[in-house]
Amino acid sequence: MASSPIAPWEKKAFAASVFGLGLTGVAQMPIFSRYYIADIPGFAWLGDFVFTHMLHYALAAVFLYFAFRFAATYVLAGRRDHPLTASGAVRVAVYAALIVTGAVRMVKNLSWVYMGEWPVLVVDWTHLFLAMVLLGAVLWARGGDRRRYTALSRR
Amino acid sequence: MKRRAFLKTLGLAGAATAAAAVPGLAAEKPAAPGTVLATLFDLSQCIGCGACVEACREANANRYPEPKKPFPPMYPSRVPVEDWSDKRDVDDRLTPYNWLFIQSATVEHQGKSLEVHMPRRCMHCQKPPCANLCPWGAASKTASGSVRINTDICLGGAKCKTVCPWSIPQRQTGVGLYLDLLPSLAGNGVMYKCDRCHARMAAGGLPACIEACPNEVQSIGPRDEIVAKAHELAKAMSGFIYGETENGGTNTIYVSPVPFEAIQAASPPGPGRPTLAPVTDAMSFETSLAAAAVVAPIAAVAGAVLRAAKRNTDAKEHRHG
Repeated sequence: MASSPIAPWEKKAFAASVFGLGLTGVAQMPIFSRYYIADIPGFAWLGDFVFTHMLHYALAAVFLYFAFRFAATYVLAGRRDHPLTASGAVRVAVYAALIVTGAVRMVKNLSWVYMGEWPVLVVDWTHLFLAMVLLGAVLWARGGDRRRYTALSRR
Repeated sequence: MKRRAFLKTLGLAGAATAAAAVPGLAAEKPAAPGTVLATLFDLSQCIGCGACVEACREANANRYPEPKKPFPPMYPSRVPVEDWSDKRDVDDRLTPYNWLFIQSATVEHQGKSLEVHMPRRCMHCQKPPCANLCPWGAASKTASGSVRINTDICLGGAKCKTVCPWSIPQRQTGVGLYLDLLPSLAGNGVMYKCDRCHARMAAGGLPACIEACPNEVQSIGPRDEIVAKAHELAKAMSGFIYGETENGGTNTIYVSPVPFEAIQAASPPGPGRPTLAPVTDAMSFETSLAAAAVVAPIAAVAGAVLRAAKRNTDAKEHRHG
């Protein structure tokens, strides 16, 4: 079996960016202040909407870097004998949909872009829904033996 | 452009009077799609009569909240109940029932005492934090440059008010979608603010405040024209401009014969009474970080290609070496 072309630190950085995106995404809802989380010493920043929004953008750039690096590495390595597992395929699909809806949200926020009321609503709700689906998919993948994105070599 | 000239430019000169007399008569769009419109307030012309405030209230009365009482208990207890339903007559500040008020101040300027009246409502930012940060898609920009809140889906979390540099949106508890979801645990009503009479504009009309003003204090037109006009006006009266660059640029521009700092000093901001201080661009980071989000995947793919090429080269050297 060939060694993984993705270093362990890269996997950890990717996971950290996903966690950060989830946290700063939830922080876009006015709940951390309502439920005293932002009152905990050291957590006040979770109640700062503009700061967490900025952080969400920055983490999105980090996430995109690793997501595309992994995808490109997988494709370029030509490891067709390592197909995506079922849980890997589900997570990749949800990540892809989150990337698309997140990108649309970024575009609609540009000052010269107008998207219309209903498209904004649909994209916002879809992004939110997908984030919840991802949480479920990640928890599902952590159970049993479903953590791997790709299957072991068939050779 | 004043009301009559605005309609004339649109080929509606003959309909100007009729359009005013018969609401919704004009079917034409007020401007070409995609034209961002701005409004200009010439404060030297405002006498503070309140006709604009009255017109706003009449035009929007059917959109005001009718909350159900008693309100559902909300947890935790720190969540504030905001109820203006018994104070609908308040007109000296922004409320869910008053989307426009007149800020008046007596200001000493160049040895003279001047009374200044300033109609205040949503600034309609070009990069509106309320719309950009609403996580629920309830607030959005319109094609004509106004910013509106969809009161049918707003949950009343008031994030829009928190991030608005002028704290414009105002909340009414006990009304809206949150009542059908988790009324005790999430949401707290609906946020209300001026949407520059979006429905009237879409029907070819003008915002009620512009139409009602006896002194033609307010003009509306394409933003670049309004900005040029504001500068001409400011130059002619040796006046001051507010709103052109605030928060990265707004579609509401005031020209005053006295400094806005002086108005602010004589009439300080407070709850429901927006500031007149200079406002920096709260969303300036968005464009640069969005650019980073575009560059990141390109860099990642380029890096992966180079790494794969190196692995191939190393593998060949290993086989031949």
